[in-house]
Amino acid sequence: MKTQEYTVVGTRPIRHDGVDKVTGRALYGADFQMAGLLYGHILRSPHAHARIRRIDTSKAEQLPGVKAVVTAGDFPEVPERMVDLGEGDTPLSYARGNVLAKGKVLYKGHAIAAVAATSVHVAEEAAGLIEVDYEVLPCVLTAPEAMQDGAAILHDDLKTKEFGEQTGRVSNVAEHFRYAMGDIEAGFAQAEVMVEREFNTATVHQGYIEPHNATALWNNDGRILVWCSTQGSFSVRDVTACLLDVPVSRVRVTPMEIGGGFGGKIPVYLEPVAALLSKKTGKPVKIVMSRKDVFEGSGPTPGSHMKVKIGARKDGRITAAQAYLAYEAGAYPGAMVAPGAMCVFAAYDIANVVIDGFDVVVNKPSTAAYRAPGATNAAFAAESVVDEIAEKLGIDPLDFRLKNAAKEGTRRADGPKYRRIGCVEVIEAMKNHPHYTAPLGGPHRGRGVAIGFWFNVGLPSSCTISVSADGTVNLVEGSTDIGGTRTSIAMQAAEVLGIPAEDVHPTVVDTDSVGFTAVTGGSRTTFATGWAAYEAAQDVVRQMKERAAKIWETEAASVALDRGVFQSGDKRMTFQELAAKLDQTGGPVVGRGAVNPRGVGGSFSGCIADVEVDPETGKVTILRFTSVQDAGKAIHPSYVEGQMQGGSVQGIGWALNEEYFMNDAGSMTNSSLLDYRMPTALDLPMIDTVIVEVPNPGHPFGARGVGEANIVPPPGAIANAIYRAAGVRMNRLPMNPPAIMQAIWSQRD
Amino acid sequence: MHTKVRVQTTINGEPQEFLCEPRQSLLECLRDLLGLTGTKEGCNDGNCGACTVLMDDRVVTSCLVLGVEAQGCQITTIEGIARGSELHPLQRSFLENAALQCGICTPGFIVAAKALLDQQPNPSEDEIRLWLANNLCRCTGYDKIIRAVKQAAEQMQEVNA
Repeated sequence: MKTQEYTVVGTRPIRHDGVDKVTGRALYGADFQMAGLLYGHILRSPHAHARIRRIDTSKAEQLPGVKAVVTAGDFPEVPERMVDLGEGDTPLSYARGNVLAKGKVLYKGHAIAAVAATSVHVAEEAAGLIEVDYEVLPCVLTAPEAMQDGAAILHDDLKTKEFGEQTGRVSNVAEHFRYAMGDIEAGFAQAEVMVEREFNTATVHQGYIEPHNATALWNNDGRILVWCSTQGSFSVRDVTACLLDVPVSRVRVTPMEIGGGFGGKIPVYLEPVAALLSKKTGKPVKIVMSRKDVFEGSGPTPGSHMKVKIGARKDGRITAAQAYLAYEAGAYPGAMVAPGAMCVFAAYDIANVVIDGFDVVVNKPSTAAYRAPGATNAAFAAESVVDEIAEKLGIDPLDFRLKNAAKEGTRRADGPKYRRIGCVEVIEAMKNHPHYTAPLGGPHRGRGVAIGFWFNVGLPSSCTISVSADGTVNLVEGSTDIGGTRTSIAMQAAEVLGIPAEDVHPTVVDTDSVGFTAVTGGSRTTFATGWAAYEAAQDVVRQMKERAAKIWETEAASVALDRGVFQSGDKRMTFQELAAKLDQTGGPVVGRGAVNPRGVGGSFSGCIADVEVDPETGKVTILRFTSVQDAGKAIHPSYVEGQMQGGSVQGIGWALNEEYFMNDAGSMTNSSLLDYRMPTALDLPMIDTVIVEVPNPGHPFGARGVGEANIVPPPGAIANAIYRAAGVRMNRLPMNPPAIMQAIWSQRD
Repeated sequence: MHTKVRVQTTINGEPQEFLCEPRQSLLECLRDLLGLTGTKEGCNDGNCGACTVLMDDRVVTSCLVLGVEAQGCQITTIEGIARGSELHPLQRSFLENAALQCGICTPGFIVAAKALLDQQPNPSEDEIRLWLANNLCRCTGYDKIIRAVKQAAEQMQEVNA
């Protein structure tokens, strides 16, 4: 199919769940109510690293209104094994240990015990009555610190894996891996210009507005029913079943509406605890995190320590690139450093590359995915160095990127060879945008550019479509809808069926009611669940053609469907007319789609940022911002733009303000939305968008996931803009006023 | 210890009476006692704006108001913004402009924006940004929200013209 042939794909219908969300009727996890509901509260560690000598819950249990208290000892003892947490495997003991600490606490905010009571206030009071005897241990808070000989060790059983082999060495480095390609030394020997820089980035949080929540009922028939806000109902089901040592079929998870996730609502924190409390009380138990709990007890994204070295010839070709990426995993291994390593030089065609990645545990919350996890840190480093090289060579920064841009056939250092990609098209769109050549209009102003990549994922999705007698269809799917995916999925079914998007009624259902569907993450939902809907719609079309053939007494193969009209010879019937005749022609029509698609297409993104730096205070103002991204084919352009704008602004916050301020004792000192400073409407200009469409050959409509790549370039682009405005190359995130002033002053010295 | 207090208010135009503990916030009373869960909790310390409601036409974060303070007040929540079966122009323009993604901040934004348009029917972009700086949105980058408020203002002025 060619773009111009689409009737639904590429249009901008009103989202199906929209009215409920603008009237307050949509039910999010914390809105769930049930007769007999009890309220839970979690007691969290005040120390960043401590041995738990003793927990005494007796006083808490005696408080009137308290119905149950649980600790890690209430989990069933099960043999160690690897479990899939929705984005990669982890040892069961780590997954369980993060939900309720056993033996040791590894970060301030680590959950220790939980109370269920008749009100949330009583539960909170009771948690304060739990007595915990700690032996406080020294803590390590950054990757370089944790990697030193003699550093405090978080896990006595964690042995470093090096280049895929177990070393037997106990340390905070869970893994050291390397991607290598070509001959790095020969590559640098060819270089006529070389830049090597070191970078540090702070821990930041996804910052979703809705805190984590979960309600669980351990029912009298032994089934465990869960209602929660999650990116993956099936991963909640699987992890909950695993920690409680019951078969997955015993757990049913109903995904409520979700108030933001960005990767942070993939891990499971509360559901197994609520289930344990429910088992003890026989009542449903709801737990909702406070904002402080969200900062201290959920999964932010890694801080990092990085070095990047790039060499190029005078003609502007990069000859070699090397990166050292040490990411802070937080309390348990899994810092998303591999994705960072996959993306660090992914936008460039470079023959000689070495990338070393280190996954380092530290006494901070166990990190989770955050929109293109790992890639934003790495791109900040790489794009800063690329900019400096282009400057040294006297080449326009976009021309330099164009000269070295990855294209079809380029091999990445981690192995894959690109199919058709839109890197060049994105850079060209940046160059052609009027923003790139517009006057800056004042002193202390600068313009910076950067590009970035996210590979996107496929993974399984399921969908069914049933046809109603009035010619509409009901679409049932399992992907929780964080940003309009009900509509982008329904539109793909509508396109196949030749009916308006409004005639498809999408519903996100519980884990009993649809086939397995992986998390809403990795920019996969419109791509993969959309593909499942495409398949289910094709199945409906096949069955409907048979019905038409039956009525017309002809062969199904002779029936065609064109824009909602079935035809064979001179006979015609609309989708609606045929839908009304299903009862007489054999009964209901239900289509099914279950996919695990391979053809995922990566997305490139770029941005142009204009800033003004106040030389007296170091405050950076974003004057103008343009985001460009390859969407393959934008199914619903408004929501593609929305992803680009949202990702850009998260990138701006990461670049300029956001940071976990940790004191020496490992306590976050800014765990509120006042002090953890996310961008407000007042901090920003409009965010211009340019959607580039280089169709993904691996998707029926050419779609590429668009959720993530847009957050990757902003910090690099803003750093490059700050350089042009204030003459300082920033080597840390956030680039807040103190950091900028320090850089300006040290340059004057 | 937790003697409950009787509170008489008007919520979304209807007289409403409830019993609450003195320590319960208006947000808790709305959500847990009255079932008005359209008002959301994002931070419980007045910094995110998800729980924004109108109290005698003043914009407040209901997490920072005690339930007992609502005595004798007129409260407007997101559930009271639509006019019967017809959406408020702001609700329509939020939908038409795709001004929400996850939707958790949307009730707070719509309530706050309504208060703005009630007193300033033709706000500039800067005025909208300043007024809405109390409400955090993490999904949209605000661009489409600002446009939606502007569009609603224009449509309301056309209707009133």
